[in-house]
Amino acid sequence: MNWRHKDLLEISQLSPAEIGHVFETAARFAEVNQRPIKKVPILKGKSVVLFFAEASTRTKTSFDMAGKRLSADTFSLAKSGSSLQKGESLKDTALTLQAMNPDAIVIRHWDSGAARFLAERLECSVINAGDGWHAHPTQALLDGFTLSRVWDSFEGKTVCILGDVAHSRVARSDVELLTMLGARVRVCAPRTLLPAAITTWPVEVFSDVGRACAGVDAVICLRLQLERQQAGLLPDLREYAGIYGLAPRHLEKANPGVKIMHPGPMNRGLEIASELADCGASLILDQVAAGVAVRMTLLHLYLTRSRVSA
Amino acid sequence: MAHVDLLIRNVSWQDRDCDLLVGDGKVVELADAGTAQAPEARVVDGGGLTVLPSLIDAHVHLREPGQEYKEDIASGLSAAAGGGFGQVMAMANTSPVNDTASVTRLMLQKAVQAFPNGPWVRPVGALTVGLAGKELAPAGELFRAGCVALSNDGVPVENTELFRRAMEYAADFGLKVIDHCEDPWLGRGGVMNEGEISGRLGLKGVPTVSEAMQVARDILLASYLNLPVHLAHISCRESVELIARAKERGVPVTAETCPHYLLWDETRVGNYDTSVRVNPPLRTRDDVLALRQAVRTGVIDILVTDHAPHAAHEKEVTFADAPNGISGLDTALSLTYELVRSGELDFADIARLWCWRTADIFSLPANRMQPGDPADFVLFDPDLAWVASAEALLSKGKNTPCLDKEVPGRVMAHYLGGEKVFSR
Repeated sequence: MNWRHKDLLEISQLSPAEIGHVFETAARFAEVNQRPIKKVPILKGKSVVLFFAEASTRTKTSFDMAGKRLSADTFSLAKSGSSLQKGESLKDTALTLQAMNPDAIVIRHWDSGAARFLAERLECSVINAGDGWHAHPTQALLDGFTLSRVWDSFEGKTVCILGDVAHSRVARSDVELLTMLGARVRVCAPRTLLPAAITTWPVEVFSDVGRACAGVDAVICLRLQLERQQAGLLPDLREYAGIYGLAPRHLEKANPGVKIMHPGPMNRGLEIASELADCGASLILDQVAAGVAVRMTLLHLYLTRSRVSA
Repeated sequence: MAHVDLLIRNVSWQDRDCDLLVGDGKVVELADAGTAQAPEARVVDGGGLTVLPSLIDAHVHLREPGQEYKEDIASGLSAAAGGGFGQVMAMANTSPVNDTASVTRLMLQKAVQAFPNGPWVRPVGALTVGLAGKELAPAGELFRAGCVALSNDGVPVENTELFRRAMEYAADFGLKVIDHCEDPWLGRGGVMNEGEISGRLGLKGVPTVSEAMQVARDILLASYLNLPVHLAHISCRESVELIARAKERGVPVTAETCPHYLLWDETRVGNYDTSVRVNPPLRTRDDVLALRQAVRTGVIDILVTDHAPHAAHEKEVTFADAPNGISGLDTALSLTYELVRSGELDFADIARLWCWRTADIFSLPANRMQPGDPADFVLFDPDLAWVASAEALLSKGKNTPCLDKEVPGRVMAHYLGGEKVFSR
């Protein structure tokens, strides 16, 4: 498949066929990651800037490792070490980076639309590693890839996304990807953590976790940001854990073989019971492993793309 | 017959072909075309253009003092002259805030220095000191210095008791209070209308009830105190319905909206287009239709630009980081004329919404095309489309969604007190 996209900003840019191609390619890179020598020379001479204006451990490490395993040179830039902290505008930071002529910039930023803002101004590829509440397409692709390793098809499957949907870029991108692939999606959260127009989303909405999990094939727990309590969206974290945290009892009516996922980092005992995070149904560490393979795939596709414009 | 020193031949006023006779800065007569006799007068061929009363904008931000890189009084008045506005009411959120007579006087002096024959700045004083919402600004001092109204525009007054007292105190000087209707808690930190699109884009939303709650508060106070209140930049159906019911009950409430709320809805945010980031935000199509109806029927009394110029680099940031505001003086008449072309309004509505009713509310002089009225008028070419390029916009603020787009109708000449203050 000729890859003609310059940037990856959100899942809706991709077709189901392109997502399938990502999964097929990621499966091959997953195999590379099992070898004693994991480095391949596909991107030798290419340079990738990891521009993480917001804190990240796993996504940044995952991209860094992905780039290095493909022999690309990766350069890290965080807000604390960048001129953003000195008040430089995002545009000027971006243009400064552009002048150094990288092949791709992987950006995480606290503002929704920041990745698009860069993409509209830069010649190199821009890969969105999370922008505000808007999108986290590489997380959605690795979630989908993880499920594709245990499911033959997404058709007929039901996935419940549990937790703070309103402020979750993962939820937005997961809903787009899973529905595009044919899965049914449910969301479950207190109403204060659902976006205003959730009824316009292609999802079923629940407030009872047990009902939301009945008949599902996978549950994706979202991280609860503890400051939501201070923002007046929750009365009490103990109450949240007791009512909305995923517990074994909630999965009693789930479909056999139900899978448990979490994009991390987890608040054990808050949004997910610790024993569920570690049980046999958990795919949480599989997601982490899949993340490297999917990001190797994306760097490969975007940095060797056809230069014929789409 | 009264002295005539200027005769504008062959203009159109409300579907009538006329000659406009002016003497000593005042309208003498609007005669049938070709009938006027004024041998001593300077004669100007109106070329069949539409004549309109010079417009009044009750809501602009001129940025001087303090932020002259965005706009200064001279550049703002230049845009006003070219846009057809003879009087502009300048909001108090300058730096320093216009909460003392010295700031008011500075603004008036700067205006007269730049445009001795107008357009005129009509300063709006702060309602509270520093717009901080803690203590009343000196309304009497501001009135004597030349302020025509009071407002905390940009910063809603959270303290309802203080707002009540501001209404009462201002009334002693005949000053209207203009309220920025925004509940200080609902939608705090929001950057666009709360709904499907804010959810998709991952942007914090401002619900329509944020505005309507404050509108309801103000109506209740106006009713209880029997004192007037003017509601700024109304954007949604809920507010319109509250205002309509209040007016039916005789509550002394008046209201304004802006051309952008009549033309565009939240879909214009598209992929984070900062040029349409405004406060209140662009709402839904349903709100647009409700506002159009309210403007036609007089529930919304007047149109204003809420002219809010910004420097280009300030808008070239992420949507959440961008300042609110559209630069409006240059394009307001063209945008309103779009509604005339589509049959929503007519030229009489333009005169009412942009001049006569505004003059009524704020006790300002206006040209009602009657003998003795100030000869403040615009010659407008409805058939001339123009591109709102950065060069064509006279304001320093180029932050408009119309930038580099074609818009219909253009001001060709602008007279104030019978003196030409602008022509193309």
